[in-house]
Amino acid sequence: MSKLHVSTTVNGDTVEFLCDPRETLLDCLRDKLNLTGAKEGCGTGDCGACSVTLDGRLVCSCLVLGVEAEGKQIATVEGMADGEVLHPLQRQFIEHAALQCGICTPGILVAAKTLLEKNPDPTEEEARYWLAGNLCRCTGYDKIIRAVLDTAAELREAS
Amino acid sequence: MQYHSPASFAEASALAANATGITRFLAGGTDVLVQLRSEVVTPDTLIDIKKINGVRDINGNADGSWTIGVAVTGAEMTEHPKLSRDWPGVVEAMDLIGSTQVQGRATLTGNLCNGSPAADSVPAMVAAGVTVTVTGPNGERVVAVEDIPTGPGRTSLAKGELIAAVNIPARGQNGGDAYLRFIPRTEMDIAVVGVGVNLRVDGETITEARVALGAVAPTVLLVENCAQAIIGTKLDDTALDALAAAASAACKPINDKRGTIEFRTEVAGVLAKRAAIIAYARAKGDQA
Repeated sequence: MSKLHVSTTVNGDTVEFLCDPRETLLDCLRDKLNLTGAKEGCGTGDCGACSVTLDGRLVCSCLVLGVEAEGKQIATVEGMADGEVLHPLQRQFIEHAALQCGICTPGILVAAKTLLEKNPDPTEEEARYWLAGNLCRCTGYDKIIRAVLDTAAELREAS
Repeated sequence: MQYHSPASFAEASALAANATGITRFLAGGTDVLVQLRSEVVTPDTLIDIKKINGVRDINGNADGSWTIGVAVTGAEMTEHPKLSRDWPGVVEAMDLIGSTQVQGRATLTGNLCNGSPAADSVPAMVAAGVTVTVTGPNGERVVAVEDIPTGPGRTSLAKGELIAAVNIPARGQNGGDAYLRFIPRTEMDIAVVGVGVNLRVDGETITEARVALGAVAPTVLLVENCAQAIIGTKLDDTALDALAAAASAACKPINDKRGTIEFRTEVAGVLAKRAAIIAYARAKGDQA
């Protein structure tokens, strides 16, 4: 099986990899670029654990082929913190204990970041609908939603 | 699996026409990649159409009609203020599909070509009178949306043919459309029944109507008896009851875990009424 050469940008860094056309972006991020933040939950776009942004748009990386990343801008959870300084969402998730096993957390952080970029003052209902594609089997969602809404408030005060 | 990303629809068509085995076109991938990964359909040839010029564009034409590129996502449609004002039913139908993540990738054309009888955008497109431009080995043809699906998972597209654009008619004056579906939960499920209604009024009286039902037959249904039940009326209770009866009478649903034949037949009538009321209000200028 011949492999295809892909050149793309992940969290601002230019990266290249070779992939089989059947391999997903999730496989490529995890197995070729060692970016294991995005998780495979279902592999069919239902759970959101593999959420990343592709040219700024929230997607499931399990439903994107690696070859489709050619020339695109990809952002993953690994790009959220600024060096040692956590993103406010990451800090609030810790403060609210908005995670237990943690498998869903990277995807929810990426998804919540896109929500707050689009809508700095979401209602609880808007936040819940936006994150409806991110499944969490531990928390019952309440702490996640509180963390997201408190982050939104914090970011609004800071701006 | 061979992966191609042609630069034109003619090239995409030629690739598909000359391919052997299973060919799939890739736009948003929310169906194709699920089928690929679950080994339901493993294409020998995958043709990614997203490198073709203009496929990401939403064009408002001079005559008021719209041309939607085949890779335009649901999120891009929802964010387009004028398209949402002209055709709220088409946009809300597309917006009902899947999560935020799926909305970032899923397309009208993919929803149509996947061939699901429960595809949410399809009844809305049929009600709106949407056509698609099909490119094939013998050139282009324009096909009504209702003539694309031929059964669950099957379409009338021949080998080498693919959809190159979605054409939404001009909204015109005093028109409104709406789409409603029933699902057992509030979000992210497959329609048990879907109803698209598009109509035009002159004052209070309905002068034109198209009603389409989804998930109640092997393909989407454009129900002329539903249209006739409300044309010439002011959508009073008698007209609404006639509409519901016509919708229920047109249903040929299956029993499955999501809904029985009786339930789907009943709900089709209820949703037809409710969607007609919303479309009627929109046609009269309410921003409902």
